[in-house]
Amino acid sequence: MTQPQSISVTKPMHEDLPEEKFNELEAFIDGMETTKGALIEILHKAQQIFGFLPRDVQLYVARKLGIPGAEVFGVVSFYSYFTTKPRGKHTISVCMGTACFVRGADKILERLKEKLGIESNEITEDGLFTIKDVRCVGACGLAPVVMVDEKVFGRVKEEDLDDIINSYKKG
Amino acid sequence: MAITRTNIMICVGTGCLATESEKVLKNLELILKARGYDKEVKIIKTGCFGFCEQGPIVKIEPENVFYVRVGPKDAKDIIDEHIIKGRRVERLLYKEPFQNEGIDKQENIPFYKKQLRVALRNCGLVNPEDIYEYIALGGYEALGKAITKMSRDEVIDTVKKSCLRGRGGGGFPTGVKWEIAKAQESQVKFIICNADEGDPGAFMDRSILEGDPHSVLEAMAIGGYAIGSDKGIIYIRAEYPLAISRLKTAISQARELGLLGKNIFDTDFNFDIDIKYGAGAFVCGEETALINSCEGKRGEPNYKPPYPAQEGYWGHPTCVNNVETFANIPSIITKGPEWFTSMGTENSKGTKVFALAGKINNVGLVEVPMGITLREIIYDIGGGIQGGKKFKAVQTGGPSGGVITENELDTPIDYDSLTGIGSMMGSGGMIVMDETDNMVNIAKFYLEFTMDESCGRCTPCRIGTKRLYEMLNKITSGKATMADLDAMKQLSYMVKDGSLCGLGQTAPNPIISTMKHFWNEYVALVTDYDNPQGEGKYEAKNKIGIES
Repeated sequence: MTQPQSISVTKPMHEDLPEEKFNELEAFIDGMETTKGALIEILHKAQQIFGFLPRDVQLYVARKLGIPGAEVFGVVSFYSYFTTKPRGKHTISVCMGTACFVRGADKILERLKEKLGIESNEITEDGLFTIKDVRCVGACGLAPVVMVDEKVFGRVKEEDLDDIINSYKKG
Repeated sequence: MAITRTNIMICVGTGCLATESEKVLKNLELILKARGYDKEVKIIKTGCFGFCEQGPIVKIEPENVFYVRVGPKDAKDIIDEHIIKGRRVERLLYKEPFQNEGIDKQENIPFYKKQLRVALRNCGLVNPEDIYEYIALGGYEALGKAITKMSRDEVIDTVKKSCLRGRGGGGFPTGVKWEIAKAQESQVKFIICNADEGDPGAFMDRSILEGDPHSVLEAMAIGGYAIGSDKGIIYIRAEYPLAISRLKTAISQARELGLLGKNIFDTDFNFDIDIKYGAGAFVCGEETALINSCEGKRGEPNYKPPYPAQEGYWGHPTCVNNVETFANIPSIITKGPEWFTSMGTENSKGTKVFALAGKINNVGLVEVPMGITLREIIYDIGGGIQGGKKFKAVQTGGPSGGVITENELDTPIDYDSLTGIGSMMGSGGMIVMDETDNMVNIAKFYLEFTMDESCGRCTPCRIGTKRLYEMLNKITSGKATMADLDAMKQLSYMVKDGSLCGLGQTAPNPIISTMKHFWNEYVALVTDYDNPQGEGKYEAKNKIGIES
């Protein structure tokens, strides 16, 4: 059984990374039966808490588990689900699976980037949106698919994009 | 349980949820209650019917009336007309293109006529969040039979005799895999369900987990009994939140009823299942990479041997099977191997689920017996090409497969015949392309994918896929020469021969097969860039040249 470090581990807190969030993560890690093989699970939780995985959070996890920071970064950078950059309030995911691609998802993505003036994984100036290109969300019957947070928009046309964006600007 | 005269089944799979089936459900419930029929009519949330193109789907049992594209406003008519007055709502019935008459029964719809459902037998039939519905349809009977009436060797023998082959793509005989895992002498063994469906354009595993999670749990327990393991792990993509939540519900229900846990069916067999989450990496479909990822590490593949069956999860013997493979197991145990071998071709028995997508009329999930021809799938089940355009090619096997052209549409499909015509079964993604698609662009799309997903462990794949992608870019931007085409072909074979795992070994397949069948499109982009083939013919020429 592998246990987390029992000594107190420095929490590199600042404005964007408040103490409560670190405490929540710490409680989660301390509550695990074993931390053997649990790194990915812990990073999922950390990303859920902080929204992203900046260097300080990665280092905290490494120290807490007593493993090298490089090992944590190795895992974070390997998987596309983990992000080291903060995200906007809403994440617009454009499905780039094959089914969506042959129905023009690449054009939707280009147009969306133009409209919001950002590239993939960047935040708009007002902090509202981040664009992500994702691999197959499995709704191939509705291709091309755009997801805003958890809501799926199917059979999206270029001219629908304005409506979709605007509906989130108000709310 | 109260007896009801009519059941309204409504699909709450990801596809239908995206087209507001939840609102339809809510409206149905409200109106039913308001009219006072909620005692005699029951609304059942089911998994995927497979006909995603026509979602949301509502089916009325026992009349077996099949309504398609049901909007939230249609709920009123379904209740007032159908349930109360017993009249069909004609406008919601499925209509064939160019026909006015609606078809009311599910089995009469051409999409379903040639299908044969084994792995998907319960999808669209049971409420995935209610274990009793699964049990009512014979669920967990196979597990009971296996552990109380059969020896471990008999279970393995049955699976071996059924000739079931791995549905994740490899096509390795499942019974043999179990036999190898059983032969290992170890106190601790693991059985892992591979639910990391990475092929973009395939969604059968997700649909099975969302629509019929218990069949997978039951099969894992049977497998655990057979190989001598008391611990199962489901490795699932974090991108499938609905499937994860249904699995969790299913596991806790099975534990409550003692179908998982200690002393199952009062025998000394113990078995429990844990869920591990992936984090988005295509290579994790490879079993050694998957095991590394389960251990919380980077999902890079290992050299084989040792095979996972010898030395897998934390060094213990581990058996990895795919979701669809597992979904076939319970029926094989209850109905016997002869029943299973009665379907399919000589070397590929049973059925296969395909995710039909792309430029086809009826997008959705179909399960057909092995040996059916591609033409039957595309034209009879799929309803032909969208917008009356001409068929050009179909890509099977996802980024690892190849294209199949018109000439080979009449090949009966099974594992071996698809390999024979330069493609592969893969996990069952089937993307249909029409005359407007430029094949070089398609190859580029797949290479971009494999380049992104290459884990970086071995050089041929890490650098090779990058160079191949660059060459394709050069071709689609009109800067390539004929010598580049030859170099690309050569490099493709080098990457194929030199890579460590399946990802690299198959990554150049889309290039090799499009070059074989559509060489003229490559040549045209080199010699006559101003008059490109395919997409370019129909749209502005710079469209295929978009630099990314």
